[in-house]
Amino acid sequence: MAEPVVQPKRKATAPKRGTVSTGWWRPYLMLSPAIVLLLAFTIYPMLAAGYMSFFKINLATKQQMVFNGIANYKDLLASPAFHTVMKNTVLFAFGTVPFSLGLAMFLAIQLNKQFKLSGIFRTLFFYPTVIPMMSAATIWLFMYTPQYGIINRFLGFFGIPDINFLGSSTWALPAIMMMTVWKDAGYFMLFYLAGLQNLPTELYEAAELDGANGWVQFRRLTFPLLMPTTLFVSTVSLINSFKTVDQLFLMTGGGPNNATNLLLFNLWELAFSFHDKGMAATLTVVLVVILLILAIIQNQWVDKKIHYN
Amino acid sequence: MARRWLSAFLVVMLLALAGCGSSKAPETQGTDSTQGAAENSKTEQPKDVEISFYYPVAVGGPLTKIIDNMVAEFTKANPHIKVKPVFSGNYADTLTKVQTQIQGGSIPEVAVLLSTDIYTLVDQDAIIPLNDLIKADKDGAEYLADFYPAFMANSQIGDTTYGIPFQRSMVVMYYNKDLLAKAGYTNPPKNWDELVDAAKKITDTANGVWGIKIPSDGYPYWLTQGFAIQSGKNLMSSDGAEVYFNSQENIKGLTFWKDLAYTHKVMPEGVIAWTAAPTDFISGKVGMIYHSSGSLANITANAKFPFGVAFLPAGEKGFGSPTGGGNFYVFKGISKEKEQAAWQFIRFMTEPARIAQWGLDTGYVAPRKAAWETQVMKDAAAKDPNVLVARDQLQYAAAELSVHNNPQIYKVYGNQLQAIITGQSDVKTAVDAAQKEAEAILAPFKK
Repeated sequence: MAEPVVQPKRKATAPKRGTVSTGWWRPYLMLSPAIVLLLAFTIYPMLAAGYMSFFKINLATKQQMVFNGIANYKDLLASPAFHTVMKNTVLFAFGTVPFSLGLAMFLAIQLNKQFKLSGIFRTLFFYPTVIPMMSAATIWLFMYTPQYGIINRFLGFFGIPDINFLGSSTWALPAIMMMTVWKDAGYFMLFYLAGLQNLPTELYEAAELDGANGWVQFRRLTFPLLMPTTLFVSTVSLINSFKTVDQLFLMTGGGPNNATNLLLFNLWELAFSFHDKGMAATLTVVLVVILLILAIIQNQWVDKKIHYN
Repeated sequence: MARRWLSAFLVVMLLALAGCGSSKAPETQGTDSTQGAAENSKTEQPKDVEISFYYPVAVGGPLTKIIDNMVAEFTKANPHIKVKPVFSGNYADTLTKVQTQIQGGSIPEVAVLLSTDIYTLVDQDAIIPLNDLIKADKDGAEYLADFYPAFMANSQIGDTTYGIPFQRSMVVMYYNKDLLAKAGYTNPPKNWDELVDAAKKITDTANGVWGIKIPSDGYPYWLTQGFAIQSGKNLMSSDGAEVYFNSQENIKGLTFWKDLAYTHKVMPEGVIAWTAAPTDFISGKVGMIYHSSGSLANITANAKFPFGVAFLPAGEKGFGSPTGGGNFYVFKGISKEKEQAAWQFIRFMTEPARIAQWGLDTGYVAPRKAAWETQVMKDAAAKDPNVLVARDQLQYAAAELSVHNNPQIYKVYGNQLQAIITGQSDVKTAVDAAQKEAEAILAPFKK
């Protein structure tokens, strides 16, 4: 940014580019606060985790830095707990991303129409995003409670017996997913609303003249035109789903029997409960690699595939 | 173009992550710095000493205020010792904070941590044995003997004392007197058979009333440990290197537990929430619950019906319940003056009258026999006999599950217990699996 402004001046006083007086380092100096922070809090921890993942470091067994080659990775890939956790994480991602996106798009399209209370409804649907995850988890914890939780009360109204949502190995993960969809949909709705407001109205007028009804309009116009938003939002939510952890602490503790144990929760257990720092570093590398791959896909592939109008 | 560069950068990062590590020389770990801290503290003036005291809050009530008051009293009595109380979240948070402090070289002097953390702390070389400090006191031997043996079981390894009991608890049974009276019981069930019988008569699923609830989410090992003890064998060896998850006794106990839900249908199936159980009890929706003795204050304040506290019903080999709660620990690598100051502080906090009042304020079981002879305790017991139940059960109590590498053992065993109670696995398969995993985890500690 700084260069185009500086250049014309330079030509007047010092015609040669890159002399000492112009200070080639100047942009770097400007960037240095950001670079220092990035190095200290992003790059260094990543490199340190990568380094530590080749060592056995387990405070619980008094093991201090013994080089272990790739044995940590082998152990991790062979451990049944890791398989369960990966399976849960993938299930969680595919059980939350499409639903929260679908719900967000539906809400956005409905709320994009101008009607009396649309402002109030937008606020209401956005509200779950604003409250902290811990509060949301507490509310849902109570809602899922057998006997007096509102969900079981509602089901009981139709004669359906109590379901112990968070205490059953079948229901616990879907229950967490449902809560997450509720929490995220409002946030993604905001992106869709912004996307919708940018859509050209003349296309819709033309479609109406051609006699295209609501559903055809959605299928042929709205949905394809929202594709850039959808792909952006899906990457964001996919990355988010791999970072899910807060609600697990409060609602299930990863249980029953690891049924809701996701990648980041498992990582916390390894590092701060079992004190197996080496293994925790190994899992960190796995997590970072997954997130980097998702970021690369977004940067390279997704952006090229979409036609911006 | 910028985007392409970013992607290229990310790819390079990936490769860097995969490739690094083998080339660098090993770093030294943080524990070395403990020596530095010890040298620093030597320069301290022996006269004025400042010690930090880390403590968790695990039960309801204005506990930080009570602790602050106790610390202020201590400073008044010992002006040369300044105690800095640090409230540090729950037990797990406190342990993490203390461990981080130690790795960073600024060692805390004294902390209250779970009694079951003893092996973790000893294995990490974080705490000192208290034998010398006890011996140096004229009344040291009597002081130690005044603590109930069941509480000391989790405070010593062999003859070495590492922890001093402070906020200790136990699993007890709370029962709704109205519901039990309707089932024809004027006294709480004394054994497993009576428990099943009473619970069957109370259970009324159409109206959402259950006979019994035993929580199984946070500490499933703790609430089910009583069944093993009542069958005649605890879950671990006293040296913390062996567990007996698949013993005949434990299988018998856990089968009884599972049958409560799946055969007798007097307990809901699936995992029962620790925090919801007292609420269910207070709302009159359950006849009996197993819970911490520390929940007495909450239940007394909120239950609108007559209720009682009882021993856990006896199994084949009689009564039994595991202890729980927190101990004082003194950390390694601090100066002798600070060790002495920390010890003085512990002695002060566990004086009979003080620890009796602490127990009454919080619901914890006062761990010293002398505390129960104080006037304040006698008055409280005369007013509410429920206060005495936990102490009386102490004679049947045994140590809470505590071995080397404890958190991991809790996890593998807790998972299998949850597999049992959610119906995923039968008892024998589950405990065999837990035993196998636990033995692998404990292998480095086998002598």
